Amino acid sequence: MFGQSNVLAQGEVNFPPSVEDFYLPSIAPWGAENNYWFTKITFMVWLAVGILILFFLLTYRKPQLVPTKKQWLAESIYGFVRNNIAVEMIGHQGVRFAPYFTTLFCFVLLTNFFAIVPFFQISPNSHIAFPAFLALISYVLFNWVGIKKHGFGGYFKRALIPPAPWYILPLLIPIEAFSTFLVRPFSLAVRLFANMFAGHMLLLVFTLGGFAMLNANALLAPISVLSWVMTVALTFLEFLVIVLQAYVFTVLTASYVQGALAEEH
Amino acid sequence: MYFLAAEGGEAHNPILPLWQEIVVGGIAFIVLCFVLMKFVFPRMEQTFQARVDAIEGGIKRAEAAQSEANQLLEQYRAQLAEARTDAAKIRDDARADAEGIRQDILAKAREEADRVIQAGKDQLAAERATIVRELRAEVGTIAVDLASKIVGESLADEARRKGTVDRFLDSLESTGAR
Repeated sequence: MFGQSNVLAQGEVNFPPSVEDFYLPSIAPWGAENNYWFTKITFMVWLAVGILILFFLLTYRKPQLVPTKKQWLAESIYGFVRNNIAVEMIGHQGVRFAPYFTTLFCFVLLTNFFAIVPFFQISPNSHIAFPAFLALISYVLFNWVGIKKHGFGGYFKRALIPPAPWYILPLLIPIEAFSTFLVRPFSLAVRLFANMFAGHMLLLVFTLGGFAMLNANALLAPISVLSWVMTVALTFLEFLVIVLQAYVFTVLTASYVQGALAEEH
Repeated sequence: MYFLAAEGGEAHNPILPLWQEIVVGGIAFIVLCFVLMKFVFPRMEQTFQARVDAIEGGIKRAEAAQSEANQLLEQYRAQLAEARTDAAKIRDDARADAEGIRQDILAKAREEADRVIQAGKDQLAAERATIVRELRAEVGTIAVDLASKIVGESLADEARRKGTVDRFLDSLESTGAR
């Protein structure tokens, strides 16, 4: 809405796109650099939160046994996460995590979805701050659940000591500790961030590339058109990535919670 | 690509989160979680439960109605069988009664007939006896008259005369009855 049009308005195309294209000027105070409180990104986060709250509160103001269309839609979203993620991964006790998983899924999905909505065209999740915060919650959640279920010592014993011969344990324990307590939150955050970052970067490359070639030489116009066709095709790919990453983030969180709750190793 | 960075004063590292965004994202997400997890999804869970209850309740009600219907059917069948037995019994009784009545009437009729016949016979016998008595007196007188006319003599010994007439009549009667 702001960044790309600024770039295009300058007449010369800023190509190739860089990391700086992800850091858009502040909305208030207008145009200020390095003020991150009110940017397009934070605006979209608030917007997503507002849309989700309004949607769910309005559709579930008066729930009925025989659902209306909107109520059915809201119930389908919740039912999908509840049955296909929470109960599927964790089992019967997964139902109590379903509300959080659904909130997480909806939030990631909608914020991801801004990546291909006209005039938004960038996802807040291409800034690592948001995925990192979500990953932090998942991290705290699965550790908290594990400690609550097995006790502090019991949980770490289960998490760190795999059923293996004693002589291999010195090798396994550091690997388990590293993968469970360091890699998990990091990979969770980076996976989502990198996908959205790369997706936006790809769209930028092909969109701006078309303009760059047109500016460089009018004879390259057919290739510019090809480049924009690629943009459209990549937008479809991006849609796939958006849904998939929202699903993956939720499923992995559920899987970690399941691992923390599991009786055996 | 670098002039923006120069303008901004420093280059951004995409892997380092901006703390302002963490704060904004955190607050926004926690608000979202609070609202949805407190006001929306528990109610959805309640609705699901209510729906399950409604369906199960419906099934239970249907089962109850079915069993009640079966019970009523059994009851009706039993009543029907009872009624049939009663009807058969009544019919048998009626048949027996009718037979009895028939026998009674027949017996009475036979009795009546016998009585009527007997009365007739008695009357006939009485009449016959009366006639015989009258005839006997008359015939005796006629016979005596006839005999006195024929013989022309009066029989003085009445007792002998009476014995002779009686003997004569007895012989007559025995030949007449044969």
